[in-house]
Amino acid sequence: MDALIHDFSFGLFFWQFIILLIVIFILGKFAWKPIVNALEEREKGISDALASAEKAKLEMARLTNENEQLLKEAREERDVILKEAKELKDKIVAEAKESAQAEGSKIIEQAKREIEDQKLKALAEVKNQVSSLSLDIARKVLSKEFEDQGKQETLVSDLLKDVKLN
Amino acid sequence: MPKKNVFLRKFCHNSTLLKMVSLKRVLLFIAVLFIAVSPFRSFAAEEAHGNEGKTKDQEIKEHIDHHLKDDYYFTFFSHQESGKHYGFPLPVILIDNGLQVFSAGEFEYGAKVVEKNGNYYKLYHSKIYKTDAAGTITYDEKHHPTNEKPLDFSITKGVVGLMLTTVLLFIGFLSLAKTYKKGPNAIPTGMGRVLEPLVLYVRDEMAVPNIGHRYKEFMPYLLSVFFLIFTLNILGLTPLGLNVTGNISVTLCLALFTFFITNFKGNKDYWKHIFWMPGVPVPFKFVLAPIEVLGMLTKPFSLMLRLFANITAGHSVVMGLIAIVYLFQHQLTVPGSIGVSMLLTLILFFLELLVAFLQAFIFTMLSSLFIGMAVEEHAHH
Repeated sequence: MDALIHDFSFGLFFWQFIILLIVIFILGKFAWKPIVNALEEREKGISDALASAEKAKLEMARLTNENEQLLKEAREERDVILKEAKELKDKIVAEAKESAQAEGSKIIEQAKREIEDQKLKALAEVKNQVSSLSLDIARKVLSKEFEDQGKQETLVSDLLKDVKLN
Repeated sequence: MPKKNVFLRKFCHNSTLLKMVSLKRVLLFIAVLFIAVSPFRSFAAEEAHGNEGKTKDQEIKEHIDHHLKDDYYFTFFSHQESGKHYGFPLPVILIDNGLQVFSAGEFEYGAKVVEKNGNYYKLYHSKIYKTDAAGTITYDEKHHPTNEKPLDFSITKGVVGLMLTTVLLFIGFLSLAKTYKKGPNAIPTGMGRVLEPLVLYVRDEMAVPNIGHRYKEFMPYLLSVFFLIFTLNILGLTPLGLNVTGNISVTLCLALFTFFITNFKGNKDYWKHIFWMPGVPVPFKFVLAPIEVLGMLTKPFSLMLRLFANITAGHSVVMGLIAIVYLFQHQLTVPGSIGVSMLLTLILFFLELLVAFLQAFIFTMLSSLFIGMAVEEHAHH
């Protein structure tokens, strides 16, 4: 301790004091302050950049999500439209079938009726023809049969016999 | 300084004669080798002649003591055989009946008494004393000179070291500050790449954890002190032979700065914790107050002593190890003693590099801790 006090030099202390003050003030003003501020600013810049990157990422994710949602909705809508279209088609086809069937059966009905009419007409014709033909034949047969008197009488008696049996 | 003496005895006990006192610090292996080997043979031959009755042990001790003290000469080598010194004298500035400015060269290394305006000055053991025309030095019982010392503002070796450091700091950090002029995203180049992480280190490891959000206020002081101490410590490891942070005047000044900043910036809570400790019974408050006041003083005192003692010890041990070259020539042969000395010095040198950083770190760390304690906001107790 004695040696320490003996070694103490006021001059060196004085210069150290002055130089330290100079260093603190000059470097403080022209070096430490700008350096510390720049470092802080840089760090702030970096953290801001990171934060905004994070934000962009979130935004991106949101957009992707939204897109997917949209796509999903679009798909659903398409499915709905397709389903509706199919139903419509089925309906149209079914209707067409039905109407075609109805038309067909109507035509068939008409044709049947026509055929029936024609048949009836033809039958009537045939009946007329048969009746006139049979009348002709009958007249010819009768005229030939009734040339003989005896035969007429036989016939009449036979007929009368038949009447009785009826 | 018992610490120093222990080291010296340890390394200097084998005593004969030492003549050459040239190398003070080691930077490079080769530099040491060159400087140590060249003058060494001639001194070995000189051994038997004796040198004013001093033993080798005393010579080494004196030389180390001389190195540890501040000096009025910037000496790189001295050739003791021819009495030649390689270096330059520094200006002496005394305030003694007016301003006395002259070159320290006039002392001729203490051999001559300098007369200025009717005052006589003598350089004795790296200090200037007022004497009579004959240069008489009177001693007290502890062999300390009792002569009056003039008020001395000389540009000593230590001051030159400080100025050199200041210039280095200015060059380094003003250029680093300039790179940020281009915007905060400008990346420093060259030296700035080393300095920027150190600045960040001071901020993130010392200032912010200890002081908190008010750290910016104290950054100029903390950064200045850190880089000043660090650079001075590193310069002390170069062959320039500087020992600035191992000087009590310098460390006292640094510690006083921390002391005054701590106490001027101390808030109400800080003073309350010193004089009226909250949360303890009243009688204890009276007991604690003087302890806390003592603590106020021991904090900077420990700062002062720690830095001083570590650097002084480091310099002493390195020089002691270099002295092996002269002390163990007979036992280890000449190449052997050089080899052992080189190896040990090299190992210690790396340790000293660590210490150079560590002491700067500890000083700044503790300063910010003390400041942090003084400005801390206490939420509740």
